[in-house]
Order: sequence, then structure tokens, then C-alpha cells
Amino acid sequence: MLGKLSLAAIPLDQPIPLFAGAFVGLVLLGVIAWIVIAGHLPYLWREWITSVDHKRIGIMYVLFALVMLLRGFTDAMMMRSQQALALDAPGYLPPEHYNQIFSAHGTIMIFFVAMPFMIGLMNFVLPLQLGVRDVAFPTLNSVSFWLTCTGALLVNLSLVVGEFQRTGWLPYPPLSEITYSPGVGVDYWLWALSISGIGTLMTGINFVTTILKMRAPGMSYLRMPMFCWTALATNLLIVAAFPILTAVSAMLILDRYLGFHFFTDTAGGNSMLFMSLIWAWGHPEVYILILPAFGIFSEVVSTFSGKPLFGYRSMVLATMAICMLAFMVWLHHFFTMGAGADVNGIFGVMSMIIAVPTGVKIFNWLFTMYGGRVRVSAAMLWSIGFMLTFVVGGMTGVMLAIPPIDFVLHNSTFLIAHFHNVIIGGVLFGAFAGYTYWFPKAFGFRLHEGWGKAAFWCWQIGFWLAFGPLYVTGLDGMTRRLQHYDVPEWRPWLLVALLGAVTILAGIGCQIVQLVVSIRHRDALRDTTGDPWDGRSLEWSTASPPPAFNFAVLPDVHGEEPYWTVKERAREQHAIPDRPRYAAIAVPRNSPTGVVCAFFATLIGFSMIWHIWWLAIAGCVGAYLTFVVFAWRDRTEDEIPADEVARIDAENRAARRDIYATMETVR
Amino acid sequence: MSDIPRRLARIGATITLGCGLSGCTLRVVDPAGPVGMQERTILLNAFVVMLVIIVPTMVATLAVVWWYRPGNPKAVRRPRWSFSGRVEIVTWSIPLLTVMFLGSMAWIGSHDLDPGKPLSSTETPLEVQVVSLDWKWLFLYPEARVASLNQLVIPVGRPVRFSLTSASVWNGFFVPRLGSMIYTMNGMATRLTLQADREGSFRGLSSHLSGDGFADMTFETRAVPQAAFAAWIGGAQASTDTLDDDAYRALSRQSSKVPPKTYRLADDGLFDRIVTQALPPGPGPVAGRPDPTVSPRQGN
Amino acid sequence: MSAATAPLTAGTGTPAPRPADPYRLGRNPGGENPATGHGSGGPSPTAIVVSYGFWIFILADVITFATLFAAFAVLKDATAGGPAAADIVDRGTLALETACLLLSSFTCGLATVAMRVRSRLWFQVAMLATVALGAGFLVLEAREFAVLVAQGAGPTRSAFLSAFFTLVGCHGAHVTAGLLWALTMMAQVAAKGFRDDVVRRTSCWSLFWHALDIIWVGVFTVAYLMGVTA
Repeated sequence: MLGKLSLAAIPLDQPIPLFAGAFVGLVLLGVIAWIVIAGHLPYLWREWITSVDHKRIGIMYVLFALVMLLRGFTDAMMMRSQQALALDAPGYLPPEHYNQIFSAHGTIMIFFVAMPFMIGLMNFVLPLQLGVRDVAFPTLNSVSFWLTCTGALLVNLSLVVGEFQRTGWLPYPPLSEITYSPGVGVDYWLWALSISGIGTLMTGINFVTTILKMRAPGMSYLRMPMFCWTALATNLLIVAAFPILTAVSAMLILDRYLGFHFFTDTAGGNSMLFMSLIWAWGHPEVYILILPAFGIFSEVVSTFSGKPLFGYRSMVLATMAICMLAFMVWLHHFFTMGAGADVNGIFGVMSMIIAVPTGVKIFNWLFTMYGGRVRVSAAMLWSIGFMLTFVVGGMTGVMLAIPPIDFVLHNSTFLIAHFHNVIIGGVLFGAFAGYTYWFPKAFGFRLHEGWGKAAFWCWQIGFWLAFGPLYVTGLDGMTRRLQHYDVPEWRPWLLVALLGAVTILAGIGCQIVQLVVSIRHRDALRDTTGDPWDGRSLEWSTASPPPAFNFAVLPDVHGEEPYWTVKERAREQHAIPDRPRYAAIAVPRNSPTGVVCAFFATLIGFSMIWHIWWLAIAGCVGAYLTFVVFAWRDRTEDEIPADEVARIDAENRAARRDIYATMETVR
Repeated sequence: MSDIPRRLARIGATITLGCGLSGCTLRVVDPAGPVGMQERTILLNAFVVMLVIIVPTMVATLAVVWWYRPGNPKAVRRPRWSFSGRVEIVTWSIPLLTVMFLGSMAWIGSHDLDPGKPLSSTETPLEVQVVSLDWKWLFLYPEARVASLNQLVIPVGRPVRFSLTSASVWNGFFVPRLGSMIYTMNGMATRLTLQADREGSFRGLSSHLSGDGFADMTFETRAVPQAAFAAWIGGAQASTDTLDDDAYRALSRQSSKVPPKTYRLADDGLFDRIVTQALPPGPGPVAGRPDPTVSPRQGN
Repeated sequence: MSAATAPLTAGTGTPAPRPADPYRLGRNPGGENPATGHGSGGPSPTAIVVSYGFWIFILADVITFATLFAAFAVLKDATAGGPAAADIVDRGTLALETACLLLSSFTCGLATVAMRVRSRLWFQVAMLATVALGAGFLVLEAREFAVLVAQGAGPTRSAFLSAFFTLVGCHGAHVTAGLLWALTMMAQVAAKGFRDDVVRRTSCWSLFWHALDIIWVGVFTVAYLMGVTA
């Protein structure tokens, strides 16, 4: 009836996961109870859970990513403290637990922090920057989001029911095969990632269609803001790479469930095939994460320097070059497999070539600031911090791309330091810059600058303290994923790394305080103009927060910086454009399809993990029926009457009239 | 290689690798053999070449941010300046030239230091076969018909040709002070040639996660003079334990922290039988909570 | 989509001189383009957006298959002493399967034509024929698989057979999903008529069905023919 599931699957003998699970469960229950008792549930259901508005979904994505960041960071703290303790000692985490911790850390940070953070920002910003009213497929967008939540739910469920995988963040066979990992951990990974991967693929399709087919009149490709270009590149990569992840997960599932022999040691299976396929997805994944960050930095640097982005066309070219090259370098993840000198050499050189467009980007940001008026706000601080940190990560990356160097540093803590250098210093700093930059657009008030800057400094210093030492221990032959070690020289470095993690914790604390303080003082931080940073692209031309329909009339785009152009003209004339003619606007109706579908997906995933076959079938039927019900509905859109549109837009116009009148013309 | 980059490399190493802190004993940059030595040279050269690019970039970033701060009356603002062909050429060519230089280094290096390539030496290489087990290292010396568990003994100054495989999951064979690592994989044999030029005891380890006992998959590599090596071989040949197929099957069960041990080798075909899977892969975990199919655990 | 139906009246008043376009990106450099021009007149209509999105989905699906093809190519010779490609192909079944599928594509085309002329009867007839042919294909494939498993040439026998069953089976799973979708569309046309959204979905389904045919040609060539001739 319940497959492999029994009460014994709950780790009653292991206090750490049990208490952690109980704590999280209690907090969740408390939140849910509060929502229900305070009567917020109908509002939440109506306005958020069933929302298909890209802005709401984007905000939920970012919130989700922030919550999961706390979860992933807890794992990081546990790893750092374990390694600080475990010189010739077992520490406090036994190997079977420690291995779950680092596997969960990687999985969560990549799939449930970095990706949703970026997808959330793209969700929120893309239609606004493109000057349109929503993404191409609003309901599908909601399905994507809730499927991502399903994945995260399954991963977190593994904390208290069964176990998570212990093979590292990617389930390398043969270790992940049923012979060597007979537990449910790898299954948790496979189902969580397959389900959320489908959500991500749908997001990719949705955004590519949005960018290519839904742009404001006059917004030709070479007038799209840089963030749209990088988002296009990212989503093309998602569309091209995620099917590989789905297929390779399916193969491993078949191996584990039905005794197939794709990657087994026996019967002709080929574990090197997994390595190639997973990195054919995995390397583009790296650029899926970093490219949107590059876009964010482009927007932030340009805005806060008061200048157009330097070398826009170069940047577009560089972005698309990275997009292409991303698929040609996967072998550098396993130079040490003995593929031969020619193969290693070619992939080494290809990997380095990616450094060229990346280097161009760094220089172009530098020249964007050159000759500008550089306002070092919190968002800008993250960007400058990024430029200084990322070049080091790029340098160590190029070092690792040289096969003979990789031969001595592969899988060492040097590698760990390298990719945290680019993921924290690049992706996460970019996410935080975007979060700070677009927060007022989403909520109508700015984040507190002081706490934001404090958070930046903690993160920046903490990062170097945490990962600088790992560069050193890597050069001292320390490999990754060690539950304990017997080399006393590593100990001081690992203690410093722990100190760094604590400093980052302080940074996260600052960010939480920042959020609380900003909400408390929201009236003082209010953005009445919709354009708090003197922005240049279209998202700043609408109110903060934008109305459900984004733009009362679709903007008419002239030039690369459409809003800047309008603003300049208004500044010169001390007047805003004439009042347009308004018409009724149809907006897509909210739909519970996403959340209901995710409910059934959760059932499917959970029951497949525990071999509860009937429930899996029931889940599939439920998911199918959900879509049928969705397809059967008769009203798909709500109409906002022209008067209402005019009334809402009047406020936005009034606010702008005031600022244009007071702003200096010549800068 | 001319003298200047090498000298620069040495300076770079001195400054950045924290000599004062750890007495320059970082294993990877203090190799005891020719392979590691060449890799160190490449590492330091690449490092210095890139420092030449990134340090000025970092300084320029800070300088630009500082100079163009809003309150600086001396800064010349050019709010519309967003394109310059000359600047673009420079921004593309600097990384391009760097990468061309480093790329040729990568190409040449990956050929010179291909793990399977023999080292130039007057000595005939010593054949050692390596089998990674759950979670032990087994070293076979087919010529002398001896085997050693969790301890690798090699003669100084003589190249060692390793053939490597795994009894079950992947591992990485790595002795940081000797140089290159390589994966060990079941059903396949990889090749690696290393040499120790200095006597000493070097830490060896697995560089690829292989399960719960992974952290204990370390082994001592002893590089000893020719005579001592011969003596060690003699001692091993006199060992009372014989490693035959049954003994190997017993070894391939999961266990960790097994003390070093030597065996007489029953015949020199054991490695081939492992690679061709005539001896089946290791059995994996057998114990767990509540049973191994839910959550396996090391069975000791 | 709602955005497409909104009026495109621009609220810019009298056009002022534009700032210099540093790259001369506008196709009409120097002059104002009152129609906003530059080849993009705002968001595309829903019908185009939907089929465009579905095309991208099909491309993604093709990549899924490409991965399986790659795995098949790698594992083709890993027969572990079991049967090789030449040993498992039943040409008669293969010809029938292919005929079923290609014919179903034809009837699928007829359904599209019927939909275009808004003939409910002929639409249902053509769809029914398509479903029947698709189901026939599935029955043949299932029988082929059952025979192989009974011969001890099931997917657990060797890596080659794992890859073979997965590649062919994945196509079969797609056909199954396509059938379910076809039946759903038949029901929906019966219930709702040729409403805009129903027509859009049916067009997507027919794209999907034709794509499966193309993929079958690949499967047929790589998994069967190349195995036999090799």
C-alpha cells in the first residue's frame, strides 16, 4: 500500500535532521495557522497563489529563492563547522549525513536559489522592459513556478522522510546506481529535479517566445535593454540544455527502477556517458545563471553612472558568443578522465575562449562608468564588488581550463573556491544588485541603503575570508567533500573559512534587518515617482508598483533607451507627453491550474520515490484532469475598462509631471 | 622558457602563496617529481600572466569609481559617450591576446603532460597496477608478484607507469606532490606516469567522491632509494598472505581505515580480471536504517 | 493576447528631434518613423505567439530525443554478449508500424483541413482515423516489445537494449500522449466547437503529431535500419 514507506523511514535516531525538520515544520505550520486565523488565506489565494501576473510570480520566485538561500546557507554553515572540527576527529556529522549536507547544499543553491532568483527577476522585469503587459503564456508561468516549489518541497521532505542523495550535487554513476546507493536519496534528487526541470524548461520556452514575439512597437532587437538580451541568451540555453537534463535523469531513473544498464558497471553500461551528458547540460547551466547577472550589472552600472551602456553592440555580441560557446566546453569538467591530449587540449582552449567575451564585458562596464557620474548606491556597490571579485574568479577559471593545471587542482578546494568565486561574486551579487535595484519598482518603496551597504561589506569580506583559504588548501592538495582529514596545516585555513561563513551570516542578517527596517520605514522610503534611480529603460516609465496591466498604453519605442529619450525631451520642454487615448485592457484571469498541478506533481514525485505506484497513477490522472479543466473554461480574460485605466494612469502622469518640472535639463 | 617569466613566477609565488604563513610547503607548488614540477611552472606562469591583466583592471575600476564620484568637480563628464571603435578594439584584443597565449600553453601542456605519456628517462619504468576499492587502495606490482594495500612504495628516480582501475565506483588517484591525478573506473583502465625525484613520504588520496568512506581513502606514498625498494619487495614476497581471487573478493567489500598491508600475488593476471570484469564489481552497501533500500549506512 | 488588441496610439505629441543614434540602428536613420516602424509593430497576435511557443517546445523535445540518440549511438555496441541490433529487428512489424504512423499523419492533415473549413463531422472522422492508426502503431510496438522481452532480449539484458528500448519507448510514450491529447481535442471540439483557443490547441497538437512522425523517421533509421545494415 505504501511502498517502501514506513515509520522507520523517519530518522528518529538522528537528532540533527529531526530537530531541523521539526523546526521548519513548526515554523511552516505557524505561518499557515497565522494566515488562516488572521483571515489572509482568501486574499493570498486570490491575489498570489492563483495569480498569473508576471510581477506577482516574479516576486514569489524571489521570495522563494531567499527562503531557500537560508536553507542552503544552513548546510554551508554545517559543512564549514564540520571541517573546522574534523582534524583527526569525526566532528559532529557522520559521513552518511555530511555527504547529504553537501549534496543538498549544491542542489539547493543552484536549482532553488540561483535559478529561481534569476527567473524571478526576469519574470518581473522582462515584460516591463519590453514594454508589454505580460509574458507570452501567463498560466504556464504560474505552472512553472509551482513546479519549482514542488521540487524544493521534495528536497526538503528528504530531511525528515528517508534521506537525501549523498553523491554530491550531481548523481554521478556508478555511485548513484542502485548497487551503491540503494537508498531513496538519489530518487529524491531525480524526481525533484525532473519535476522542477520541466518547470524551468517551460519558463525558458515562455521567455524566449516573450522576447522574440512580444515587444512594444518599435522595440527592434538592437533596441532591447541589455538585460533582455542576456535573458534571451539564458532562456535559449534553458531550452537547449534542460531537455538533456530531463533525458539523462530519465535514463538514471530507468537504471534504478527497472534495471536498465545505461550507466551501470555491468552489462555494458557506460558511466562516462553520464558524465558527458550531464555536463552538456551542466556547463550551459553555469551561463544560464551568470548571463542574467551580467544583464543586471549592465542595467545598474549604466543607470548609476548616468550614461548609456558602453559598447552596447559589443555586449550583445559577447552575450550571444557566450551563449554559443557554452555548449562547446563541457569536457573541461573531467580532464582527468584520460580522454587524451588532443581532446583535452581542444576543450581547454575552447573553455578559455569564453574568457574573451567575458573580459570584454568587464571592460565595457568600466568604460560605462568612465565619464559618468557614478553614484555608489547599494545596488552599484554590489556591481563594483562583482567586478573586483569576478575577475579573480575568471582568472582561476582560466587556470583550471589549462589541462595540466587541472590535473593537480581538479576536485580540490581550489575548484570549490573558484566556482564560489564566480557564483557568489557573479550570480549572487548580481541577484542582490537586481533585488536592490528593482525592489522599489515591485513594492513602491526603496530598500534601506545603509543596511544594504552593511550587507554588501559583510558578504564581500565574508566571501574572501571563506574562500580565500580554500584556494590555499586546494594548492595544498586538499580535495573537496572531506568529512574529516588528517593534515594539521589545513586546520588554520579552515578556521578562517568558518569565520568567513560567519561573516556572510552577518551579511544575511543585515539583509533580513534591511527588509524589516525598509518595511517599517516604507513611508520615508516611498518611491512616488516610479523612477527612483533616474532610470533609462521602460520599466521606470510606469508607476511603482506597476498596475496589473503594466502600461496604460503600449510605449512607442524610439532608440535604445526609450524612457531616457522621453525623459530628456520632457526635461527640455518641462512638460510630459500629451494625454493618450485610453482603451479597455484585457488581462488574463487568474487560475489555480499551477498550484493544483504542482500538488499532483508532488504526489507523483513522492509516490515514485517511495514506490507507491497507485498514488503515482492517481497523481498523473489528477494532473491531466487539471489541464482539461483549464482548457474547458470559457472566460480567459478580465477586462479593465478605459475609465479605470485613465484614472490609474493619471496618477502616474501627475507624479512624473512634477519631477520633470523640477529636474535639471543639462547634466 | 626564458628566465624572466620564471623569475616573475617565483616572485608571484612568493608574494601570493603565503610563504611566511606556511613555509612554502603547499604540496601542489612544492612537487617532488618532474611531472609536478612542470605543472607547477605552468600554474605559476598562467597565474602571473593573468595577474598582469587583472590587477590593473581592478585598480582602474576603483580609480574610475573614485574619480567620477558625483562630488568631483574636476571630473570631465561625458554622459552621451557610449561608443568608440578604438576602445572596442582594445577591449576585445586584450583578452583575445591573453587567451591566445594561454591557449597555446594549454595545448602544448596537455600534450607534454598527457597522463599516459612516458617520461624521458634512462631507467626502465616500474609497472604498478592500482585498484581503488570501497574504500581502500590496492597496489599491484605484477613483475615482482607482490601487492600492497593502502601504501604505495616506489623507487626514487625511476618512472612509474600506473595502470588504474576501480573495483566499484569511480575514484581519483592523486599524490599531490608527484603531480597529475587520474580517475579510476570499473571495467576500464586509465594510464598515468609519475616519478619521484626526492625521497620522502607523500600523502596520497582519492580525488573523486566514492561514498561514506571517501575521507579515509588516503594512502602513504613512500619514495625510497633503489636498494630499499628492493628490500621492501623482498619483504613483501616473503609475506604469509596471498592475494588471490577469493582474497580480492573479500577485500572488495566495503570497509575503511584498513591498515597498510603487503601480500604475495598469486598470479599477475588479477588486474586484467578486474578490468575485464571476470571478477565482478564490488557489492556495495549491505546495512542501513531501516534497511539499505531506504537509507544505507556503512556496515561497521 | 490582450496587449495585441490594445490601441497603439502613441502619446508622444509633436515629435522632437531625436538624440543621435550612435550606431544608426534605426532602419530609417535621421528621419522620424511615425509608424514606429523598424519591422516590429508591437506584440504578435495570440495565434502566432502560441504556435511559436509550441515550435520552441518541439525543438526542446527534439533535443530530448537527440540525447537519447546520442546515448544509443554510444551504447550501440555494448551488447554484453546479448543480441545485437541485427538480431532484434522484425522487418514486417517495422513496415506496418511505419505505415500506420505515416498514414496517421495524412489523416491528421485531413483533420486540420476539416478544422479550417469548420466541418465538425469530417474533423471527428479524420481524428478518429488518426487515433485508430496511432493506436494500431502502439499495439504493434507493444507486441514487438513483448516478443523481445519473452526472448530474453529485454532492456535489462544489455546497455544496447536499454538504449534501444528507451529510444523507441520514448517515442511510443510521446505517441501515447499524442493520442490522449487527440481524444481530448475531439471531446473539446464536440463540446465547444471551433472556438479560437480550441483551434489553436488543435493546431499545436497537429504540429506535435507531425513532429513525432519526423522523429520516427530518425528512430527508424538509426535504431532499426542502421543496426540491420551494420
